[in-house]
Amino acid sequence: MEHWGVVCVDAGGRVLKNRGMAKPAIEIENLTKEYPYGFLNLKKRLSLEGLTLQVETGEVFGFLGPNGAGKSTTIKCLMRLIFPTKGTARILGRSIDDVGMHREIGYLPEQPYFYDYLTAAEVLDYFARFHGLTANDRRERVQKMLKKVGLESAKKIQLRKYSKGMLQRVGLAQAILHEPKVVVLDEPMSGLDPLGRREVRDIILELKRDGRTVLFSMHILPDAEMLCDRVGVIVGGKLRGVGAPEELVGIQAQGMEILFELGADEKKPTLLARATRTGERYRVQLKEEELYAAIEELKQAGARILSVTQIKATLEEFFMGLVEADRAQAAAVEVNGK
Amino acid sequence: MKNVLTVAANTFREAVRDRVLYNLVFFALLMMAAAILVGQISIGIEKSVIISLGLTAISVIGLFIAVFIGVGLVSKEMDKRTLYALLAKPLERWEFLLGKYFGLLMTLTVNTAAMALGLYAALLTVAQPLEKADGYVLVAVYLILLKLALIVALALLFSCFTTPFLAILFTAGIYVAGVFAGDLRVVKSVAMDAATMDSGTLKLLRVISYVLPNFENFNVMGAVAHGRSVPASLVGSSTLYAAVYGATVLILAAMVFSKRNLK
Repeated sequence: MEHWGVVCVDAGGRVLKNRGMAKPAIEIENLTKEYPYGFLNLKKRLSLEGLTLQVETGEVFGFLGPNGAGKSTTIKCLMRLIFPTKGTARILGRSIDDVGMHREIGYLPEQPYFYDYLTAAEVLDYFARFHGLTANDRRERVQKMLKKVGLESAKKIQLRKYSKGMLQRVGLAQAILHEPKVVVLDEPMSGLDPLGRREVRDIILELKRDGRTVLFSMHILPDAEMLCDRVGVIVGGKLRGVGAPEELVGIQAQGMEILFELGADEKKPTLLARATRTGERYRVQLKEEELYAAIEELKQAGARILSVTQIKATLEEFFMGLVEADRAQAAAVEVNGK
Repeated sequence: MKNVLTVAANTFREAVRDRVLYNLVFFALLMMAAAILVGQISIGIEKSVIISLGLTAISVIGLFIAVFIGVGLVSKEMDKRTLYALLAKPLERWEFLLGKYFGLLMTLTVNTAAMALGLYAALLTVAQPLEKADGYVLVAVYLILLKLALIVALALLFSCFTTPFLAILFTAGIYVAGVFAGDLRVVKSVAMDAATMDSGTLKLLRVISYVLPNFENFNVMGAVAHGRSVPASLVGSSTLYAAVYGATVLILAAMVFSKRNLK
C-alpha cells in the first residue's frame, strides 16, 4: 500500500492535533454556491455560504447536517459536478479543476445509480479503465472489491435487478477500487441494513488504518461519533462547528446515573422517589457531587449497584441544538420581514 | 483518446443490450416484403423501387436512432445520475461527450451496414447477378451515414443545455430546415414573391442557409436508384463538409457541457 505525506497517529489510530508535518488532504476556502431560480433565473438561492474547511491527511472527517444544509453541494463542488460561485478548493494540494488529481480520489455519490445493463463486475471494470489499470490488475481488483462489499455471488447479475443497498455496495466498491488517497463518500450508509452499515463502518476504519483520508457526509450521528476524528456541522449552508466529536459536545459530564436492584424486603432508600423502575431494576440520575452519598445510602439499604455511568451530551444533542437555533433564527427573520 | 474509446465502447454495449439493433428485424421484414411484392407490381423497375425503398428505410430508421438515442446520450446519464461517479474519475467532460458520440456512431455504422447487406440481399432476389451500378448503393449508404453523424452531433449539442423533449424538437426542426437549406440559397430566383423582398431579408435568408446544415448534400438516392454514378468530388466535399460542420457542433457541445452544473 502506498502511503503519502506524514500522518501522526496515537496508539488508538487517531490523528494527533499536532499535524504540522502533513499537508491537509482537502482545503476548502470561502466556497459559495448560488443557484439561480425563478423567471429567467433572475433570483438566486444561496446553498453554500463562504465555507472554509480543512481535512487533514489520514483523518476521518464527518460532514454532518440536515437535508438541504449544503453537504452534498460541497461534495459535488469538490468532485467538479457543479461549479462554485465563489471560492476555491484543493485536494492533495492540487486544484479541483485538475482532472489528473482525480486518479487519487474515490467518490461515492448519494444514492448512486449505475448502468443497469451492466453487471457489477462489468461496471467496476469500466470504472477501473479510467485509472489506467492493466487487464490483469483490473480483474484482480474487481474480484477483491466484490468480495469486500459482499457482492461476489451477485457479480453476474445485471444492476437493474439490484436492490438499493446492493447498488450502494457497488458504489462503495467503485470508489475504493483504485486505492485512492482521498475517499469522499456522500451518505455511505443510505439504504443499508444494519449488517451493511456495519460493513461500511469496517471499510471506513480499514481505509483509515491504511492511512487514507476519508470525508463523508452522514445523517446517522452515532455512527459518525464512532468513526470520525473530527466532524463539521453545516446548517443552512454555513459551517457551524468543526472539531473532534468530544470537543464539540464538551467532555464535561452532565451528571451521573446509577442502575441498581432492590429486593422486596430491603429498606427503602430516599433516592427511590427520584428513580425510574424497570422490572426489579431502578435507574436514578443525580449530580456528580451527590454520587458518593447516594452510593452510601444504597449500600446501607442493601441495594445491589449494577452500574454507575457518566451522563454526557451526545453529538446528536449538539447537532439538534444547532439545527433548532438555525430554525428559530430563520423564523425570526421571517417575522421581521427581512 | 483511450478514455474516449472506453466511453464509446460502453455506449455501443449499452445500445446492443438495450436492443437498439432489434430495428434490423423490422428492416429485414420490410425488405423481404418489398422483394416479394415489387416483383409482382412493377415491371422493369424492380431494382429502382427496391433501392429507393431500401435507402429511404435506412435513412428514416437511422434518423430515428440518431435523434432519439442521440438526445438521450447525455440527458439520460444526467437524469439517472450515472454521470456522477463517472465524472469524478480522471475523465475530461469533453472526453465523455466525444466517447458518447463515437459510441452511437459505432452503433449507427453497424446498424447501417447490416441494413445495406439486407438491401443487397433483397436486390439479389429480384435481379441476378448484380451490376457495377449496384455498387453506387454503397456510396448512398455512406452519405446517409455522414448525415446521421451530423444529426447525432446536433442532438448531442441540444441535449447539453435543454430538456430531452426540446432537444428532440430542436434537432428535428434543424433537420427539416436543413433539408431545405439549399432552397434558401436560391430563393431570389425561385420564390414568387422574392422580387418584393428587401435585400436585408434576402441576405438574412442567405446567411441562415449557410449556417443551417445542408442535408441535401448527402442525398443521392434518386441518382443511385436509377443506376447513375455519384461524382467522387461530391463524395469528397460532402465528407469534408460533414467533418468540419460536425467538429464545430461537437466543439460547441463540449464548451456548453464543460460549464454545465449537474443537478
